Amino acid sequence: MFYRENGQFKTSYAEDQALLSIRQDRWFIWLVLVVAFVVVPLFASEYLFKAILIPFLILALAAIGLNLLVGYCGQISLGTGAFMMVGAYSAYNLAVRVPDLNILLVFVLAGLITTVAGMLFGIPSLRIKGLYLAVATLAAQFFMDWLFSRVKWFTNDSPSGSVTAPAITFFGATWDSPTEKYLLVLAIAVLFALIAKNLVRSNIGRSWMATRDMDVAAEIIGIRPVYAKLSAFAVSSFFVGIAGALWAFVHLGSWEPLAFDINRSFSMIFMVIIGGLGSILGSFLGAAFIVVLPLLLNQVPHWLGIPISTATASHLEFMIFGALIIFFLIVEPHGLARLWAIAKEKLRIWPFPH
Amino acid sequence: MGPLIEVVLGGLMAGVLYSLVALGFVLIYKASGVFNFAQGAMVLFAALAFARFSEKMPMPVAFVLAMGVMVLMAWLVERLVLRSLVNQEGIILFLATFGITYFIEGLGQLIFGSDIYPIDLGLPKEPKIILEDTFQGGILINIDDLLAAAVAGALVLSLALFFQKTGTGRALRAVADDHQAAQSVGIPLNRIWVIVWSVSGFVALVAGIVWGSKLGVQFSLALVALKAIPVVILGGFTSVPGAIVGGLIIGVGEKLAEVYLGPIIGGGLENWFAYGLALVFLMVRPEGLFGERHIDRV
Repeated sequence: MFYRENGQFKTSYAEDQALLSIRQDRWFIWLVLVVAFVVVPLFASEYLFKAILIPFLILALAAIGLNLLVGYCGQISLGTGAFMMVGAYSAYNLAVRVPDLNILLVFVLAGLITTVAGMLFGIPSLRIKGLYLAVATLAAQFFMDWLFSRVKWFTNDSPSGSVTAPAITFFGATWDSPTEKYLLVLAIAVLFALIAKNLVRSNIGRSWMATRDMDVAAEIIGIRPVYAKLSAFAVSSFFVGIAGALWAFVHLGSWEPLAFDINRSFSMIFMVIIGGLGSILGSFLGAAFIVVLPLLLNQVPHWLGIPISTATASHLEFMIFGALIIFFLIVEPHGLARLWAIAKEKLRIWPFPH
Repeated sequence: MGPLIEVVLGGLMAGVLYSLVALGFVLIYKASGVFNFAQGAMVLFAALAFARFSEKMPMPVAFVLAMGVMVLMAWLVERLVLRSLVNQEGIILFLATFGITYFIEGLGQLIFGSDIYPIDLGLPKEPKIILEDTFQGGILINIDDLLAAAVAGALVLSLALFFQKTGTGRALRAVADDHQAAQSVGIPLNRIWVIVWSVSGFVALVAGIVWGSKLGVQFSLALVALKAIPVVILGGFTSVPGAIVGGLIIGVGEKLAEVYLGPIIGGGLENWFAYGLALVFLMVRPEGLFGERHIDRV
């Protein structure tokens, strides 16, 4: 009734190519943005910022990056944690060794360094495919774990092996309250979501999707797999590197390589799958799901008033988490984004489905 | 010469242990096309079950009971997970096994506890020195390592016979080749899956007992799977001999790197070296050493 596009005619090419061609969608997105930028900072509590919103946005950014690689180009990577780690440590070293550098520039440079690392580890994708590639990307994970815990130069010879990020200052102000940090992360996440959304409907995005759907066929119609695959690794690593730098600087503050271990990589791939492969919106939904679920599982025994030991609770949490993953894969293997699309379809013909 | 041989022998022994875990991966992949990440968790679960049962009863009984638990688990996995995910893409099935991993790890520790439990097979622990007259100082070997090697050898031999000579084995190979074709000639897909998950449960139990008697049964046993993954990609997902040869190559390579490369570029190499080695091999042969060559058609 309310969600219907009849009467909306496209009268110019610009309108035809608009990101959101239905007016209601545009209103909805503007509404979400206004809520995110204005309403939330006014009303949200510190806990909400620190425990949910900031991690959610940063992980969503990383999930977008991973989704470009896995969902759009079809190259499975289990090494996202490693690339986040590269981003975090590059940003740390740049910020510590070149103190005058603008922090935003530091993040961008950290992203570029991660891009180089990502392309290096993307080279095997030219030879290896499918599950072999997926497990081969674990090499990146273990190598980076080793590199950043053993080579002291990267941690600035810190004796404990953990490093602390300097405060985030730019435009003459220090961004250290949760609200300011939230706004910073939100702005970056929105910007990159927009970039990703446009990238995947451009020439390069189409070459990724062709490679994903059938790489031999793509090669035959003139797409060079070297460019397609390596550019996907490059762009994806850039996103993931920036997310890693933000995760370290904004969310963690001080960290050690363990913060980006293999479990981080696995949870990233869950976000992408549960959210929906090949969907930018899905990356946000998946990130929200994975961030909120453990917090909920933690709280449920309290709410129900069941006395339960911490060890038992953590084992139960594992079990429920595993069961939920299986449940979601069985019920909707195409992820939450597909559920969203179905809901929109239904809404279009509501209340007269015939 | 002596130290080098000792390092190589040590590597071979470690490699056999990796192969034991890698076998479980290969079996399930061969028969159902699923890369079963939960193999490590199954090793942990089986070892926990065996360790806790053997506290109360004699070992053979505990072994049979633990095997029963693994068969039950195989049945449940087929019933609740695989059956609902027939015809999904490989990656979806792969991720579903992550779900299984978390579930089994939680369940195992919930039922059997999360302390360290010893498994004592009553073997001599002291290393023996052999070939003292040939080399100065001789060569140290562990008896339990030798036994593990023998167990692995026997396991591979019996699995090879099972796959090649029995009717069930032939059915398993048919399913691996083409699900739909196998189904259309009357092979019961669901039963085959239960069988193959049970067999890999059996492999997990053996691996769990061997590893558990070395390290004690504890959570870190589940991480052994991460060590076995490079073995599988090196040997090829579909090859039982590949798992063994891959394991030996990785074991020896790792030990040599640790001894000769470690001092130069810093210790703790063993975590990523195996993956690096596997990657180098894969660049030459993308399907692993013994994997089936795969032909793309448009």
